[in-house]
Amino acid sequence: MKVTLKIWRQPDAASKGAMHTYEVDDVSPDMSFLEMLDVLNERLNAQGEEPIAFDSDCREGICGMCGLMINGQAHGPEVTTTCQLHMRSFKDGDEITIEPWRADAFPVVKDLCVDRGAFDRIIQSGGYISVNTGAAPDAHAVPVPKDKADRAFDAATCISCGACVAACPNGSASLFVGAKVTHLGELPQGQAERDRRVVSMIGQHDHEGFGGCTNIGECTAACPKEIPLDVISRLNWDLHAALRHGK
Amino acid sequence: MAEKDTVPDMTDVTDFPETGSPQEEPNDAAGYYADGDPLIDKKAPTGPIDERWENRKFNARLAAPANRRNLSVIIVGTGLAGASAAATLGEAGYVVKSFCYQDSPRRAHSIAAQGGINAAKNYKGDGDSVHRLFYDTVKGGDYRSRESNVYRLAEVSRNIIDQCVAQGVPFAREYGGLLDNRSFGGVQVSRTFYARGQTGQQLLIGAYQAMERQVAAGTVETFTRHEMLELVMVDGRARGIIARDMVTGEIETHLADVVVLASGGYGNVYFLSTNAMGCNVTATWRAHRKGAYMANPCYTQIHPTCIPVSGEHQSKLTLMSESLRNDGRIWVPKKREDCDKDPRDIPEADRDYYLERIYPAFGNLVPRDIASRQAKNVCDEGRGVGPLVGDFRRGVYLDFAEAIARMGKDAVEEKYGNLFDMYARITGEDPYEVPMRIYPAVHYVMGGLWVDYDLQSTIPGLFVTGEANFSDHGANRLGASALMQGLGDGYFVLPNTVRDYLADGPFEKIDENHPAVVEARSAVEQRINALLTINGDRSVDSFHRELGHIMWEYCGMERTAEGLRKGIDLIRSLREEFWRNVKVLGSAESLNQSLEKAGRVADFLELGELMCVDSLHRRESCGGHFRAESQTEDGEALRDDENYSYVAAWEFTDEGALPVLHKEHLVYTAIEMKQRSYK
Repeated sequence: MKVTLKIWRQPDAASKGAMHTYEVDDVSPDMSFLEMLDVLNERLNAQGEEPIAFDSDCREGICGMCGLMINGQAHGPEVTTTCQLHMRSFKDGDEITIEPWRADAFPVVKDLCVDRGAFDRIIQSGGYISVNTGAAPDAHAVPVPKDKADRAFDAATCISCGACVAACPNGSASLFVGAKVTHLGELPQGQAERDRRVVSMIGQHDHEGFGGCTNIGECTAACPKEIPLDVISRLNWDLHAALRHGK
Repeated sequence: MAEKDTVPDMTDVTDFPETGSPQEEPNDAAGYYADGDPLIDKKAPTGPIDERWENRKFNARLAAPANRRNLSVIIVGTGLAGASAAATLGEAGYVVKSFCYQDSPRRAHSIAAQGGINAAKNYKGDGDSVHRLFYDTVKGGDYRSRESNVYRLAEVSRNIIDQCVAQGVPFAREYGGLLDNRSFGGVQVSRTFYARGQTGQQLLIGAYQAMERQVAAGTVETFTRHEMLELVMVDGRARGIIARDMVTGEIETHLADVVVLASGGYGNVYFLSTNAMGCNVTATWRAHRKGAYMANPCYTQIHPTCIPVSGEHQSKLTLMSESLRNDGRIWVPKKREDCDKDPRDIPEADRDYYLERIYPAFGNLVPRDIASRQAKNVCDEGRGVGPLVGDFRRGVYLDFAEAIARMGKDAVEEKYGNLFDMYARITGEDPYEVPMRIYPAVHYVMGGLWVDYDLQSTIPGLFVTGEANFSDHGANRLGASALMQGLGDGYFVLPNTVRDYLADGPFEKIDENHPAVVEARSAVEQRINALLTINGDRSVDSFHRELGHIMWEYCGMERTAEGLRKGIDLIRSLREEFWRNVKVLGSAESLNQSLEKAGRVADFLELGELMCVDSLHRRESCGGHFRAESQTEDGEALRDDENYSYVAAWEFTDEGALPVLHKEHLVYTAIEMKQRSYK
């Protein structure tokens, strides 16, 4: 099949970007979306035009490195990561618009690559349980009820790709923060720092320039790991409790 | 402790019988390498095996807390081995700099591990123990790993689980709230802890969060989108790295008292593998060129349950957890003419469940190397299934029809649902209706930089952990053991041994104008400049793909002397063409993914040749290394303990000069060497 691509190109953070149009023939439906871009890049290289920069690493949907706005949707039309999207989701003759994640807190580095360092800094502000190596009791010392362990796991499946932010009309990372607060807050090990964690993580979130949650729900719809919206309810609940505790 | 010291002193190589001289066996690799002195692990511990690590820890010297902030450590790589080491050394108060090429440390490829992590907890009461995990790992590695290291790994495995649970890693639990375990990858006890199909991600998030906590505490500084391009050595010690900021292109110098490489494996030398796109050998290969020996580079693990190649555009291969082999049955048609039929129309009588037929005791659960090679054998016989790629069908069926009939579709979905979904997404086929197709793919490398018991390479001050070193898995790694090794090294081993090394520091202060630093830096700049100015006709990827074909064809699942020699010739001429004809556009002063890849492929082109030489010299079959010349009458791998019971550690001498082979003889005092049999 044949597709027409409109791709955002921007030499670096300081320069202005623009949409460029490329045609790609010989697309096989079994190709992944990124393999289709590989094919285009090989052609550009042969023609003497610098290949399009885009991020990807594991290409199996778990590292969270890839992420493109495809026809205005984060990660494209399927509920999965960009690397797991295949060309069989498109038709011959389709026109496809490809842009980087759009959010103030994720500045463009080049072409389709953005800087998601803000996520690391949010984790630094409290997204952990403080236990030094070697200081742990036996793993069976504290049983964790299965339903709580399962809820913690569901929230912990977040891959930090940033699709939630890109999809949010307000550029909020509430789903990301809520997922971490829920993951650690469901577990007995996470209780000691629960109040402090939520307050500092939200503080860092706001400091980074992410917007507030406006209850639209685009984040959870775009999330390739289907993190449920109620992690944000949990986030608000924990924040409220922490404030009540005077944190 | 001295009175218990009844085992031979491992530091004295003369205590052991000489292994047969290479002249007794035809030396296939004559002319491809030079013989060097035997290699002795000077840090090898003595005494009863279960006391060795305890003694080593006790004897490791201490650095007072106030001194630690004057001692600095560089760690390259943020997977399980690197992140756990950074967190732990940061907690201890050392000054740590952590580097990764990804945009966040949490994306390192440990994240993709699906199945689980082994630990000798014996929570199931099924007879597991440290000794049994040790035994299984040495046997699984086909008696080509170092006994003391493996024992230590089995010991610390228990601490790993405790540590991870305390960090909040959400392992699978039973209704009673205790941890669940499963049996995994060719062992007969349930010792594998797991977090659905994403154990790697959950463990890595634990280590990453522990490391980020240290970033907040000010002990660890992270450098993302940075790639190490050279090792800095001063007065014979590793003292830093030259790294490229991949966003600005700036070449940076970072100096420290110790350098730790936790940069992962080099499976991408095959182009197609289950590794992430960016996985590369550059950090370890640059260190190798500066004097670190490379050990057993030919030991490659080919994983049996990957999704087959669908066409020429393929950029990587996706693994599916081998837990699928617990319930799926592997088969191919008995007759070639059935290969393109709908598998559901092939009657039972015309199917060959070849693993169950050949290995009735273990059936579909034989270790990875065996399952992979048998898949290759049936496809080579022309009985492969799936699309023709080239003129070959490379696939076998993994069929759940019987499991669905036995357990019900819901139970199968509960257990394997996420894997089935992944398969459906990639192939467009529904595995509940049609048998999956699988084929082996390069997955892991057991080889890596040689390290002593302290995980220190042959370069003082250069430590190597995780997949980047060679030490624990011998010639074949068991399932769920890579995560164990990465975290064992990073949380529990390295912090003790690095501490001992640093007790001699801080070393003499050096600055960026030191001649050795200037030289390393200018070598990096020259190389980048060379890559950008060749301006030839071929893309980096086209060279990488061709190298991958050569490696897979001649240094893949089955290797022959003739094929390996041919492979070496092809690699040499490809390397020559690369430096004459590669085309890298863009500039050095910005994000340039072609330039990044070009540097990595240039190193793969050197590594590939050494892998072939190592394969060629080892005229035996062991673990993942199968030499066609060394097999039993019924086609099983035949080890040659008399001639090859050693670690092959290769020394780089000079550009174009022969690599020098140093042998470290392997001695087993706590375990008896046996021919592996899973029949």
